[in-house]
Amino acid sequence: MSDKISGKIFVVKDDIDTDQIIPAQYLNLLPTVPEERRKLGSYALIGLPDSYPQFIKEGKDESEYSIIIAGKNFGCGSSREHAPIALSAAGVILVIAESYSRIFFRNSVNAGLLFPYETPKRICDEMITGNNIEFNLDTKILINKTTGKSYNINPLGDAEIIIQCGGIFEYAKKYGTQ
Amino acid sequence: MGMTITEKILAKKSARSKVSPGENVWVNVDILMTHDVCGPGTIGIFKQEFGSDAKVWDKEKLVIIPDHYIFTKDEKCNRNIDILREFAKEQDLPYYYDVGSERYKGVCHVALAQEGHDRPGEVMFGTDSHTCTAGAFGEFATGIGNTEAAFIMGTGKLWVKIPETMKFIFEGNLPNYLMAKDLILQIIGDIGVDGATYRTMEFAGDGIYSLDIEERMTLCNMAIEAGGKNGIIQPDNITLEFVKSKTNKPFEVMHNDSDAKYHSVKTYKSNNLEPVVAKPHSPDNKALARELKEVKIDQAYIGSCTGGKLTDYKAAARILKDKKVSVKTFIIPATQEVYNDLKKISIEGKTLWDIFIDAGSEPIGEPNCAACLGGPVDTYGRMNDPGVCISTTNRNFIGRMGSKRAEVYLASPLTVAASAIKGKICDPREYLR
Repeated sequence: MSDKISGKIFVVKDDIDTDQIIPAQYLNLLPTVPEERRKLGSYALIGLPDSYPQFIKEGKDESEYSIIIAGKNFGCGSSREHAPIALSAAGVILVIAESYSRIFFRNSVNAGLLFPYETPKRICDEMITGNNIEFNLDTKILINKTTGKSYNINPLGDAEIIIQCGGIFEYAKKYGTQ
Repeated sequence: MGMTITEKILAKKSARSKVSPGENVWVNVDILMTHDVCGPGTIGIFKQEFGSDAKVWDKEKLVIIPDHYIFTKDEKCNRNIDILREFAKEQDLPYYYDVGSERYKGVCHVALAQEGHDRPGEVMFGTDSHTCTAGAFGEFATGIGNTEAAFIMGTGKLWVKIPETMKFIFEGNLPNYLMAKDLILQIIGDIGVDGATYRTMEFAGDGIYSLDIEERMTLCNMAIEAGGKNGIIQPDNITLEFVKSKTNKPFEVMHNDSDAKYHSVKTYKSNNLEPVVAKPHSPDNKALARELKEVKIDQAYIGSCTGGKLTDYKAAARILKDKKVSVKTFIIPATQEVYNDLKKISIEGKTLWDIFIDAGSEPIGEPNCAACLGGPVDTYGRMNDPGVCISTTNRNFIGRMGSKRAEVYLASPLTVAASAIKGKICDPREYLR
């Protein structure tokens, strides 16, 4: 893993629930089957209100946006791991939100799917979809290359080591369960 | 400093004398529950990680309850049930409740209680966010994802961050027009959908202890709608009588220490509250039922883990007896037991079943999660078109019951039944004798 992540951002506001990330009608897809996992990715964020731009272009399986910038309580609602899986399968590697629901956060960490970073203050109102950003995983500084502004992002805390290991299985092999 | 009931349970199950909020501990799991939506993915990860011939850590502690996508022609949904069935057979699981058999139950959170899997003092994880329902029995219960569930399947353990506890006290018995749904929608409206994130929501006070076990389940069920990690109610005689009637397994009752520390304590006077409705598209978008009397509805829905229990139907029947509904009204019991009880339990000599049918409801649905979460397009009661639904379910997110252009209002069974008669959102006091 390189120490910098850069890419185009997709910006959402508060309380993006898991039904918006992956609506329940697609939960028949089995994430452990590669073809169905890809399909889940192709439906990522399809439940957003129509006021948002399309996250994935018609006929594509993956999104042009690899980073999501969000407001409060991202991933609230259901415990479906299909939600971070769909985002990951669509090509998302990083979410930077004001806050998360706990199950989405845990799923992202324990499955080693994506980095769920939190911001000390709200930044989703200062960025627009399509901006290019660069995030330094060591210094936790995010630079919006489109606007030139930079932001400090909170460290992941206890969760960081679990993601670095690649998820709960690898973490437990290395550090045990005591 | 003493501990809360939640801290005590987690301390015991992590073999510590003391735990404090913010600490991470590994706990031993008493029950792992999964269902047809998350079970197949969990099983897949379990086999990848522990080997194709691996055995689960303790088959007495794994409960598999298919309930989400049962009565559908969707091939993948049916394939997912086949995966559960095959796994239950291969692992020789005693607590698999198969579709199409006499063992079939319906909605997992209600079935867990009815089958004696909810027990005080235990730790339960489930691959469903409403697993917090079981906190009504004085246990620690919360929702997890497939990966965590697969980890438990192989090891019997999971790491938990000890949550702070927010205490909500209701003073005084509930007036006859209020139900647990009103209380929890009031709280969620007051603190917001992330007002309890990563915390325990504990419910207490004589108002709570006057409620039956099903009403307490409704309260704990929706802790997740405020972001809560778990909901919990200290066990009393009502809890113990219920649990002992369902299981012979031993359990340990725990209580708060008198000097336990809380994040916050909020007190409500039950008599001051009124029937509450959550407007689209968020459970914290609170209004009073009487403030929404101009809102026309197209559909009423009484069902799900939080609103499809016997107590919910008794309440709805009190309103609907000898009345006619003016909109499509769906009655979809949570479990087979509730379904059967509709034919057995009567009000003034008339069964609940007959009360609903005579009031003009749609045919009573087979027990399952049904349209609470939309589901496959052929799901009974699904909002396939734009329209307005008032529902006893727990979520009204955009698109939750099907169409993104549908609008869902959440309310108690009393309020939903009154609204079904009126064709507009209606305070149940208008119809209560």
